[in-house]
Amino acid sequence: MNKIPNRQAICEVLMERAKEDKKIVVLCSDARGSAALKPFADTYPEQFVEVGIAEQDLVSISAGLAKCGRKAFAAAPACFLSARSYEQAKIDVAYSDTNVKLIGVSGGISYGALGMSHHSAQDIAVMSAIPNMRVYLPSDRFQTARLTEALLEDTKPAYVRVGRGPVEDVYTEEDCPFEMDRATVLREGADVALIACGEMVKPTNDAAELLAREGIESTVLDMYCLKPLDEAAVLRAAQSARLVVTVEVHSPYGGLGAVVAQTVSRTNPKKVVNIALPDAPVITGTPQEVFDYYGMNAEGIAKTVRENL
Amino acid sequence: MDNKELQAKAYDLRMDAVNMIMEGKGGHIGGDMSAMDILVTLYFKEMNIEPEIQDDPDRDRFVMSKGHSVESLYAVLAAKGFFPTERVIHEFSKFGSPFIGHPNNKLPGIEMNSGSLGHGLPVCTGMALVGKMDGRSYRVYTLMGDGELAEGSVWEAVMAASHYRLDNLCAIVDRNRLQMSGNTEDVMHQDDLGARFGSFGWHVEEADGHDIGALSRAFENARHVKGCPTVVIANTVKGCGSAVMEDKYDWHHKLPTQEEYEQIMRDLASRKEAILSE
Repeated sequence: MNKIPNRQAICEVLMERAKEDKKIVVLCSDARGSAALKPFADTYPEQFVEVGIAEQDLVSISAGLAKCGRKAFAAAPACFLSARSYEQAKIDVAYSDTNVKLIGVSGGISYGALGMSHHSAQDIAVMSAIPNMRVYLPSDRFQTARLTEALLEDTKPAYVRVGRGPVEDVYTEEDCPFEMDRATVLREGADVALIACGEMVKPTNDAAELLAREGIESTVLDMYCLKPLDEAAVLRAAQSARLVVTVEVHSPYGGLGAVVAQTVSRTNPKKVVNIALPDAPVITGTPQEVFDYYGMNAEGIAKTVRENL
Repeated sequence: MDNKELQAKAYDLRMDAVNMIMEGKGGHIGGDMSAMDILVTLYFKEMNIEPEIQDDPDRDRFVMSKGHSVESLYAVLAAKGFFPTERVIHEFSKFGSPFIGHPNNKLPGIEMNSGSLGHGLPVCTGMALVGKMDGRSYRVYTLMGDGELAEGSVWEAVMAASHYRLDNLCAIVDRNRLQMSGNTEDVMHQDDLGARFGSFGWHVEEADGHDIGALSRAFENARHVKGCPTVVIANTVKGCGSAVMEDKYDWHHKLPTQEEYEQIMRDLASRKEAILSE
């Protein structure tokens, strides 16, 4: 089992690149540990800005730095970053078009038993609704690293959500196909299109394996790019499928399921079933306990497919 | 231009702002009038900014945090040559116009978009931080309303700018003592403003916000302050320039009638004449 969380993968890329690229600046709001960015802060203190527990300022100060030529990475727990500083993301980052990458760590229900204040199950919806804001939920550490490298190459705003704990590898160092804003096809099969993002990619891919043993063939997409959504990949996957299933750690409103359903219904209507968190504070537990309870594991996903085929 | 000529120019620019508001059928006239002498001092005396150097990394930066007073900023930027005055007056708030009712950085001369309050100082804190990191000599200015200071994000930045000893940062408060629903002291009191900033470690200057000489001295003093940011509390009159609207909170965003418009323009012209004949 992999021990490296995606947030650490981001830090490692930034550390490596900051050796040469002095324009990289990382900002935190008293969460450098939570963001796995303490090594960066210790190694590059001149490229690190602590703003204290002040998420609004975290984002606005990042925008000011970016406006003066810096590549600003503002990292904070996704629950606070996507809600407390939402207007700063909207105006100072997206509307003013500043090169700020918002890194939401410990996203989804990573904080488990800490409760709804610490969960970010609305961030895909709200961030996607901002013009000029891109939204990414990478699946594993290898893809997270590729995404971070790609984000260092452009100057546009983006929001990235990663979880707190390590997730099982989907790819390997040698085999991690990555094209910016294009979904990665993990598997191809004619019966079902399974489309997942973030930490749900691995269990979704595992569910496809379970289904294959029963003779149900699936196409599996790792849709790390929520916005811009890889619509072509969605439509290709849905082309022959009898059923489309989306899987995400998010509210049922305005997330992956919503945009996939919009895309599919527009051109090639199919039944779309969305596996997501409920529209309620989630049950208390560790992330895995919560996922298991709501059927957000390989067996649960396979069961939903069987029931809807 | 000397101070007297600039004081007169500020009245011309107030007339431009009023004309925008009449053409666009809306705007924030009261705060435009109170902010104008501050903007004229910044753009014509204090800041190193011209259209030719708008991308120069060493230019001074300004963010209009009280973005609703955009008409006054447009008038000043036009007078600086960033775009034609006639164009902004004619197109302000019209269908498809780039001259919208709050600052928009697709226009030349505007660094950041604003409109919601409490964003300018935090953004400027970031800009000033880069100046320190890179050892550049540019200065960063932001103009806030006094009602705006109720926004918590302002005080997050007041903390951070002090923490990082940003003596290249200067905030100006347009202290006209009125906000949309009444007197600031009734809505959310702040009569101890200087003490508040001072307690956060800021250098505090207070000046008559309609006296370009006094404002210039405050900005000059700020340049010599080392190790902390400066706030200039500029005491102003909302609607400054005409008795029709002076010190009346309901002129925050009132559209003058044709009769009021004519009176306001006569008053602004006669104030200008009075200055020139002093």
